[in-house]
Amino acid sequence: MGWFKRLREGIQTQTSDKKEVPDGFWQKCKSCGGTFTILELEKNLFVCPDCDYHFRIGSHDYFNIIFGSRYKLLFDNITSLNFLEWTDLKSYDDRLESAKELTSLSDAISVAVGKVNRKPLVIAAMDFSFIGGSMGSVVGEKIARSVDYCIEHRTPLMIISKSGGARMMESAFSLMQLAKTSTKLAQLSREAIPYFSFLTDPTTGGVTASFAMLGDINFSEPKALIGFAGPRVIKETIKKDLPEGFQRSEFLLDHGFLDFIIHRSELKDRLNELLSYFPMDKAAQ
Amino acid sequence: MIFFFGYSTDRLSFLISPLINRLIIMVFLDFEQPLESLYEQLETLQKLGAEGDIDITDKVKELESTIKKKKKEIYTELTRWQKVQLSRHPSRPYTLYYINQICKRFTELHGDRKFGDDKAIVGGLGTIDGTTVMIIGHQKGVNTKMRQYRNFGMANPEGYRKAQRLMKMAEKFNIPVVCLIDTPGAFPGLEAEERGQAEAIATNLFEMAQLKVPILCYVIGEGASGGALGIGLGDRTYMLEFTWYTVISPESCSSILWRTWDNKEQAAEALKLTSEDMLSFELIDGIIQEPIGGAHSDPEKMAKALKKHIKATLAEVADMTPDELINNRLEKYDGMGRFVEA
Ligand SMILES: [Zn+2]
Repeated sequence: MGWFKRLREGIQTQTSDKKEVPDGFWQKCKSCGGTFTILELEKNLFVCPDCDYHFRIGSHDYFNIIFGSRYKLLFDNITSLNFLEWTDLKSYDDRLESAKELTSLSDAISVAVGKVNRKPLVIAAMDFSFIGGSMGSVVGEKIARSVDYCIEHRTPLMIISKSGGARMMESAFSLMQLAKTSTKLAQLSREAIPYFSFLTDPTTGGVTASFAMLGDINFSEPKALIGFAGPRVIKETIKKDLPEGFQRSEFLLDHGFLDFIIHRSELKDRLNELLSYFPMDKAAQ
Repeated sequence: MIFFFGYSTDRLSFLISPLINRLIIMVFLDFEQPLESLYEQLETLQKLGAEGDIDITDKVKELESTIKKKKKEIYTELTRWQKVQLSRHPSRPYTLYYINQICKRFTELHGDRKFGDDKAIVGGLGTIDGTTVMIIGHQKGVNTKMRQYRNFGMANPEGYRKAQRLMKMAEKFNIPVVCLIDTPGAFPGLEAEERGQAEAIATNLFEMAQLKVPILCYVIGEGASGGALGIGLGDRTYMLEFTWYTVISPESCSSILWRTWDNKEQAAEALKLTSEDMLSFELIDGIIQEPIGGAHSDPEKMAKALKKHIKATLAEVADMTPDELINNRLEKYDGMGRFVEA
């Protein structure tokens, strides 16, 4: 599939694919309408050069921004199973198949361990392109194992959230991932290992109501949609238009739910800074 | 002197009759229609009996046994959607009813100490045969006015924060916590978002995961999504027979995945959301049988069964140390999930 199409659909870009990208493709900014070449955008970390709109990017893009090219994927052998034999208009099997084909990912979250200026960090990053970044058993399990890894290696944890919420096709199992991830993060907390929650556009539903809101430090990219209920549902419930900026990062910062908002270009430096406040036991690394 | 009043919509019909100096309101769900006409016959018969001309004892007995048989027939072959309907039955007992039946003493405690007092979640200290417990539950309203007042059992962040305050108090005084779950979901409102609905639920999960006293959870009606789980993480989870527990209501699921509200029955089947389903998935610890016809057909009997169950389960967990409780919870929730590992 062409790069242009993949980006348009918010699909993460893997390093291996990038070399194949022709320069001639234009990409339109959702916010200001300006058009840019993919190459221009890539150089700018997929932030609009004119208006600072942060394009949705994928887990591997974040790994590249934060770790550079040196990182190791963890737990990538865990994949989803249609154990409920779920079918709506499409079967869950088909949804999984096409998501895998479209994204070359194993599920809606990827975990990597790498270093930020020589300081180790585990990052679990979600992909909205994989069934809306929905949380099923795999997302829960990979977060649980990340916690185990971080405890074993005394390494800080960062989760990059980007999700429409729980994965309906796994029914109650997806709901129980809220309990599972929160229980594991409580365990990490008891070990006094820092957890950074980075909320990106969009972070809603069960993901917000569990691990995304549980960071020792919660922060987000500018203008990301963050909430529990989706704006459409709220609008239908209260039968009123929602105020400008409602459920955006700046709104959450203002209401006390975020520590700060960070521009993508400053993400790595800020992480480096954060990690320096929490020196981890060297011997265990 | 029998007063009969009835009307039907496609969903419900009501039969209200002041029998034996007591107003009995019977609400029939669509699949209970065969029962409605039997009850009507019974009333007519009792009316004749009251006029004193004929001996109706045998006939009444016969009709009552027919009703019983019919009930059994209907209630042993319910579809998942019909069970969802039962869980929402307007006459179903709610949290405060159970508390009043179960606890000899109960002092309701209000407020989250931060913003306000949510009416959709109630809680307080009570005693069950001499044992002090902290009981917390979603509360729906019993009539039109009260349903508004209780916000249909949909809590705002204050509700979850009140619950957390009460749980922390219980922890301090080594009092076990009992949670009764019955909500169509956390309230999706503008102010709820402003005040951090997601944060309120998330921190409840985080705190419940490591609370040093036992937490017993009972789904007594609807167990919808994060709004239910927000007071639903604990050492044991049980469901009353005709309740459901999952990530989304069948209606919302239908509207999102089928793009119409009409596939709710199909969505309910796909979600496998009943107490039996949940037990088969090992996501809950057990089911408490309801009286034939559902909890509302004999609320006192239901409350007795619930009380007995709570007492027995409290005894089971009474000797567990805080570490055992917390580690068991961790292990239990860590085991929830099905996936392939290549
Ligand atoms: Zn722009």
